[in-house]
Amino acid sequence: MPQPSSLKAGYNFAYLDEQTKRMIRRAILKAVAIPGYQVPFGSREMPLPYGWGTGGIQVTAGIIGPDDTLKVIDQGADDTTNAVSIRRFFANTAGVATTEQTEDATIIQTRHRIPETPLQAGQILVYQVPIPEPLRWLEPRETETRKMHALQEYGIMYVRLYEDISRYGHISTAYDYPVMVNGRYLMRPSPIPKFDNPKMDRNPALQLFGAGREKRIYAVPPYTSVKSLDFKDYPFQVQKWDDCCTLCGADDSFLDEIITDDAGGRMFVCSDSDYCAKRRDAGHSGPNPGEAATKKIGEAGDAA
Amino acid sequence: MYVAVKGGEKAIENSLDLVAEERRGDRDVPELTIEQIKSQMALAVDRVMTEGSIYDRDLAALAIKQAQGDIIEAVFLLRAYRTTLPRFGYSAPIDTAQMGIQRRISATYKDLPGGQILGPTYDYTHRLLDFDLTEENRNGPAAARTAPEAVNDGEIPHVTDLLNHEGLIQQEPETDEDAPIADLTRQPLAFPAGRDLRLQNLARGDEGFLLALGYSTQRGYGNNHPFVGEIRMGEVSVEIEPEELGFPIEIGEITVTECELVNQFAGTADSPPQFTRGYGLSFGKAERKAIAMGLVDRALRCRELGEEPTAPAQDEEFVLYHTDNVEASGFLQHLKLPHYVDFQSELELIRKLRAEYMARRQAAAE
Amino acid sequence: MTALMDQDQPLLRVSSVTKYYDLMIGCRNVSFDLWPGEVLGIVGESGSGKSTLLNCLSTRLEPNSGAIEYNTRASGLVDLFTMSEAERRMLMRTDWGFVHQNPRDGLRMGVSAGANIGERMMAVGARVYGDIRESAAHWLGRVEFDIDRMDHLPSTFSGGMQQRVQIARNLAVNPRLIFMDEPTGGLDVSVQARLLDLLRELVGDLGLSAIVVTHDLAVARLLSHRLMVMRNGEVVESGLTDQVLDDPQHPYTQLLVSSILQV
Repeated sequence: MPQPSSLKAGYNFAYLDEQTKRMIRRAILKAVAIPGYQVPFGSREMPLPYGWGTGGIQVTAGIIGPDDTLKVIDQGADDTTNAVSIRRFFANTAGVATTEQTEDATIIQTRHRIPETPLQAGQILVYQVPIPEPLRWLEPRETETRKMHALQEYGIMYVRLYEDISRYGHISTAYDYPVMVNGRYLMRPSPIPKFDNPKMDRNPALQLFGAGREKRIYAVPPYTSVKSLDFKDYPFQVQKWDDCCTLCGADDSFLDEIITDDAGGRMFVCSDSDYCAKRRDAGHSGPNPGEAATKKIGEAGDAA
Repeated sequence: MYVAVKGGEKAIENSLDLVAEERRGDRDVPELTIEQIKSQMALAVDRVMTEGSIYDRDLAALAIKQAQGDIIEAVFLLRAYRTTLPRFGYSAPIDTAQMGIQRRISATYKDLPGGQILGPTYDYTHRLLDFDLTEENRNGPAAARTAPEAVNDGEIPHVTDLLNHEGLIQQEPETDEDAPIADLTRQPLAFPAGRDLRLQNLARGDEGFLLALGYSTQRGYGNNHPFVGEIRMGEVSVEIEPEELGFPIEIGEITVTECELVNQFAGTADSPPQFTRGYGLSFGKAERKAIAMGLVDRALRCRELGEEPTAPAQDEEFVLYHTDNVEASGFLQHLKLPHYVDFQSELELIRKLRAEYMARRQAAAE
Repeated sequence: MTALMDQDQPLLRVSSVTKYYDLMIGCRNVSFDLWPGEVLGIVGESGSGKSTLLNCLSTRLEPNSGAIEYNTRASGLVDLFTMSEAERRMLMRTDWGFVHQNPRDGLRMGVSAGANIGERMMAVGARVYGDIRESAAHWLGRVEFDIDRMDHLPSTFSGGMQQRVQIARNLAVNPRLIFMDEPTGGLDVSVQARLLDLLRELVGDLGLSAIVVTHDLAVARLLSHRLMVMRNGEVVESGLTDQVLDDPQHPYTQLLVSSILQV
């Protein structure tokens, strides 16, 4: 493959050799064929540490081509250090175009968020996954959890939800909230907030999940059913904020809380930096776009 | 005005510059050379090669220099480099009976064919800080009294072979020479793991972790009454057999340390009492690692020997999933990455739960 | 639901079951039929093979020879070891119960009593929290457990209470067959007596079939309709419980009966 001159000398396009990429693509194809099933793959040692997105990077390296446009986000933002670092890695080793615009990207690699801007058919969302096994905290043994998946023995997952309700009155899992994919496999959506779970359901984009250290790839093909576990009388619900984004006024996005002083002052801003910037460009603004909010935690109406 | 934290790019560049500066240290002090590390920190080089899974003293020394002496970081550098190397072929099994012996000891026999050779070892040094070493001494200590010439009088039999003549030690099961050998750098771990896979995993595993596990077996967590049948260290030749040639050719020599443990075993209804084996092998001089590996290998053989697995060192999934320090270190350190979103979700939840709790208390009080 | 089950056939048919470990015999050549609603006691000293037999019957151990057939709801008598593991595990979840001597082996100690019972229901598809909770409370009530403590962890209960939770967990999916391994073994005598009465009542009311392994002839007399006496891996005597205990034929049974206090 011809390599742009900016590429790191001595390394193949997108770092991995072509045999490895083929192996990864085979695993991806199998994952797409069995939605939600964790396909073991020969995960390679990458020049970034395990736990820092090596699974996502290998999936991206396996599917990326010179014509792709890559967006990388961490916590929803394009400018966090890890997102910058991964984007640089692909800019260096593959020389591909990068973007911060969700709609311009052909591949979006993400850690912990799904962009607020709806994804389109043809786009691929690549999740970085630390622990792929949804049953892991309930059953530490891989040999046993594989059997539980094979036999669809998921009762124990509901035990956890039951305990939450009997203790707190509602399900208290806030992120990495387990989902059932295509009515068959129980799947961990990676540590995205449950706020993002509904976006996974029947999404037009292909969703790929890579866990490098645990050596698993799984997938949700476009338009596949993804249902968050719940009880009929305690249906799944997403987080809601009393506030809106201080900068752009959005009341439909996931908000990060920013501590503005040491006296409990805080404000909320969109975690998706691209979404927030777009809204502001379009003329939207929040309650206090020009200054930090001065709301104190003690005044927030919380019983704390 | 609040501005979301920008400039990650610049921060990273600055950080890289700071690392480079710290690595170089005081510029009045001469820079370390790869040659110095190779020859004077040879045991660090051996460990990095073993856990980095690549026998190359220059690359390992470079990794140690680049990592400022952080051994696990150096292993990681070597592993990441190793990933990119193409495979030209597979070597024939090394034959340690043909080793050019530098050191060979047995704890089970006072004397044995081939003899005991103490060789270089820290075992009988008194651990007194040697202040003479604070001064550079160009001439070095007096040359060794007997030149450390490798002993190789043809084949030197293994202690386990001697025991085998009497049928006193467990026969290793016959293996099909053409059967594929597991390779966890190409296929992920699968359970139950064959012994080939287990040994590969242990050989790459973190010395500290194996040391602790091996030690735990000695303290009663899966005791298997080990004796060091033999430790031998020296040079063996590596051969490959290119398909077009049809005969093996030697491509070089490597130094390895091999440890064969002899363990007690009471026998079962089907098999008479006999000794069993644990095996350890490392690149270079890494004796502690080889013994620890042998202890854990033996512990993991509990199932094939009909012993009930009860201790951590006998738990295949527990051991094999946690040996790799590149995996462990990466995942542990990823805790430093931002978790704003997860934390925000938890924050919301805790506030909600507390509000509900307070409301319940209030209602109860009224 | 029971349309296909053959009512003229036993619930469990055991034919010449033999299990050995290395060269040691676990149990040899055991055969019997268990009919719906029947409680079979298996007695013998430790090492007699009664636990090995129970583990074979409940498919925890595969016998070396012989057949164990179960009268499934869907297709009548089926050899358990020709079923797929999925089918066997399904059977265990829906049709069977297993009461262990030590409640720790049969309970999840880290989740509440209510969740322990709810798990069985959720495993077979219950998805309405209110219903699951109500049913858990019902079964805890049936075993005379204090409902106020249903959200507490089993580790905070006495041994007798833990055993009640374990029994309720087994009953919650309306099983047809329950295996019990020394169900009152670890308990004080006074607690034992109350629990035994309760077990007898429940088994009778619910029309359950049960296989009870015990070394305690008093337990066997109270719970079982029929009795099998085992020694050295073999059945030395079997028959109606009162008959075997009041008029033992085999010298070993005579020894067993004479060596305990009269009940």
